[in-house]
Amino acid sequence: MYRYDDFDQTLVHQRVAEFRDQVGRRLSGALTEDEFKILRLMNGVYLQLHAYMLRIAIPYGTLSSEQMRMLAHVARRYDRGYGHFTTRQNIQFNWIKLEEMPDTLADLAGVKMHAMQTSGNCVRNITTDQWAGVAADEIEDPRIWAEVLRQYSTLHPEFSFLPRKFKIAISAAAHDRAAVAVHDIGLRMVRNSAGEVGFEVQVGGGLGRTPFIGKVIKPFLPKRDLLSYVEAVLRVYNQYGRRDNIYKARIKILVHELGAEKFGAEVEKEWATIKDSALALDPAVIADVAERFTYPDYERLEDNPPALARARQEDRAFAAWLDNSVSNHKQPGYAIVTLSLKPVGAPPGDATAEQMDAIADLADRYSFGEIRVGHEQNLVLPHVAQKELPELWQKLEAHGLATPNVGLVSDIIACPGLDYCSLANARSIPVAQELTQRFRDHKLASTIGRLHINISGCINACGHHHVGHIGILGVEKNGEEFYQITLGGRADEDARLGTLLGPAVRYGEVADVVEDVVAAYVELRKTPQELFIDTVKRIGIEPFKERVYAAR
Amino acid sequence: MQLVKSGRIVEDRYVRIADDAPIPDGVAVIVSDARFLANAGALLQRVEPVGVLWPNNRPIEALAPYLGRLALVALAFPGFRDGRAYSQARILRERYGFGGELRATGQVLRDQFLFLLRAGFDSFEVSKEGDAAAFVGSTRRFDVFYQPTGDGRATAFRRRLGRPPQAVPAGTRAHAL
Ligand code: SF4
Repeated sequence: MYRYDDFDQTLVHQRVAEFRDQVGRRLSGALTEDEFKILRLMNGVYLQLHAYMLRIAIPYGTLSSEQMRMLAHVARRYDRGYGHFTTRQNIQFNWIKLEEMPDTLADLAGVKMHAMQTSGNCVRNITTDQWAGVAADEIEDPRIWAEVLRQYSTLHPEFSFLPRKFKIAISAAAHDRAAVAVHDIGLRMVRNSAGEVGFEVQVGGGLGRTPFIGKVIKPFLPKRDLLSYVEAVLRVYNQYGRRDNIYKARIKILVHELGAEKFGAEVEKEWATIKDSALALDPAVIADVAERFTYPDYERLEDNPPALARARQEDRAFAAWLDNSVSNHKQPGYAIVTLSLKPVGAPPGDATAEQMDAIADLADRYSFGEIRVGHEQNLVLPHVAQKELPELWQKLEAHGLATPNVGLVSDIIACPGLDYCSLANARSIPVAQELTQRFRDHKLASTIGRLHINISGCINACGHHHVGHIGILGVEKNGEEFYQITLGGRADEDARLGTLLGPAVRYGEVADVVEDVVAAYVELRKTPQELFIDTVKRIGIEPFKERVYAAR
Repeated sequence: MQLVKSGRIVEDRYVRIADDAPIPDGVAVIVSDARFLANAGALLQRVEPVGVLWPNNRPIEALAPYLGRLALVALAFPGFRDGRAYSQARILRERYGFGGELRATGQVLRDQFLFLLRAGFDSFEVSKEGDAAAFVGSTRRFDVFYQPTGDGRATAFRRRLGRPPQAVPAGTRAHAL
């Protein structure tokens, strides 16, 4: 956990006071809705279809049990008893009254949580690997750098009114679980030939109506230069990013129009002037930030204790969950447990207040009080002793949190869509619900193996459909909901955008089409081990296209 | 519109001159970027102070040769969500060491005052009723700053150094780099 100190705490409280004043001025009419809109967005308040929505930051996806209980309290006290975890390590509440926003934020500030910069044209919540600090394959804990960037970007005097929103993600593991290639700035921690650890910097990735995979403009950036280099990127973007057209305002368009090389050269020029300024990171400062992260005092344990082997033998349901939802931990005898927020037939990423409280209790009992939130809208208990897995599993089952579908076809990422979002063309959640019904049989789902479905209700792509192994995008045709299907997208270290399968299909046909695609894959894969995404890569989309459209 | 300088509401001693109007003697003037660049030599010979109103879509670097003799640079916020002038301001102050008056014009709300101040502005044409009077309060809302800018305020990163480390909570250990 990162321990916030009185500086962080003071700032959060002062921000709540400022926002309370802004809400007051809006309610009294001193601020117009137009003016207030920009101010509320900078503090995570959106106007949705039915009500205001509040988006709360979960910096680098780390939550304490105390913070989780506060989220449960907010769900109960100010909302309708549940919250929605998003793809960017935030949680959203959809039914909070504007008048109650300041009190909600004050309650959250009590546990050092806030909604700063969770929307608006500023640097958003910095995201990272949900397994940071416990993953066996990481170079170092990327949250230290996410925290350095969190502080740097919070209430930045120069970059709070950028042309458009700005998202930064960071990954330090061989396997990229933070989707850095689809961020405005994507940072990958790498080692150079001299053995030093630094950052590979990508810029201009992003989804939305003009999707791009990020381009590397700096293969190796030393740690000391992280902030000055990010500042140079932001400064070039702030001045030259387009402001004439909201759809062309993201940095990806600037990078695309200038070319990555020219853009990189502009950044270098700017960087040269500030590289040795106060932005250069002193080793003492880095050490100070790192010191604020604490790690559990693990017990000395062996991997694969007998109790675990026994339980696996005795209970097939437990074994299925173990194989699916439990991953290797850095520390012998411990495991990383993913809690699926995708039970059959429910909206992806939702958790009720009761579940949140239960998860907080389980985190205290089994995971040193710590919880993580990942971009697949699932939660994680990051430090569970392997010998306690059988007991934990039973308790998770009781709360509907042990669906063994992590990474499988029913572990769907979906945006709120037409049920909540005023920009939507089509529904997303009901499509996801229907698909989880179709693939509810665990045996079928495990036969299919790893397969990510992503659904967006409009071209803004909040459900990241471009990088879904199967992507589903809601479009509108003559007032009717239609869906475009893409295949072969991925957001990991081998990131690429999906290819369009063919003409859009009607709402009622989506699940059938997906079933056809999956059936075709099962027939066409070389071996049962060949993943869907690898089959698509090997044979292209034609065989799938034939199969789907021949029948229609 | 009210002008705030050094935290107080003051009379504006500058007169803004339209491009086709003659430049009067005996008063401080603000001219457009085009007019300034066309007559920079002559304008900077004047006894009275000269300022330039610089648009936010023209590279500020073009002003560099004149900064030593310019009394004022006014930067533009056509709408308060258009933040280009923040970068221009920091470049003027921090890269070129501009020491004259740096004025924020256009849609300037109290909610921006602190950002503007930190970026190097020291005078503000305030558009909204009541905001000028609220200047001091609005700029004192925060006492914690996370980023270094030319205003020299110490960042939280810096202020933490030299304080005793926090105690590590029971059952945990600190990160070892
Ligand atoms: S993708 Fe479109 S419909 Fe879905 S949440 Fe984003 S804006 Fe709304």
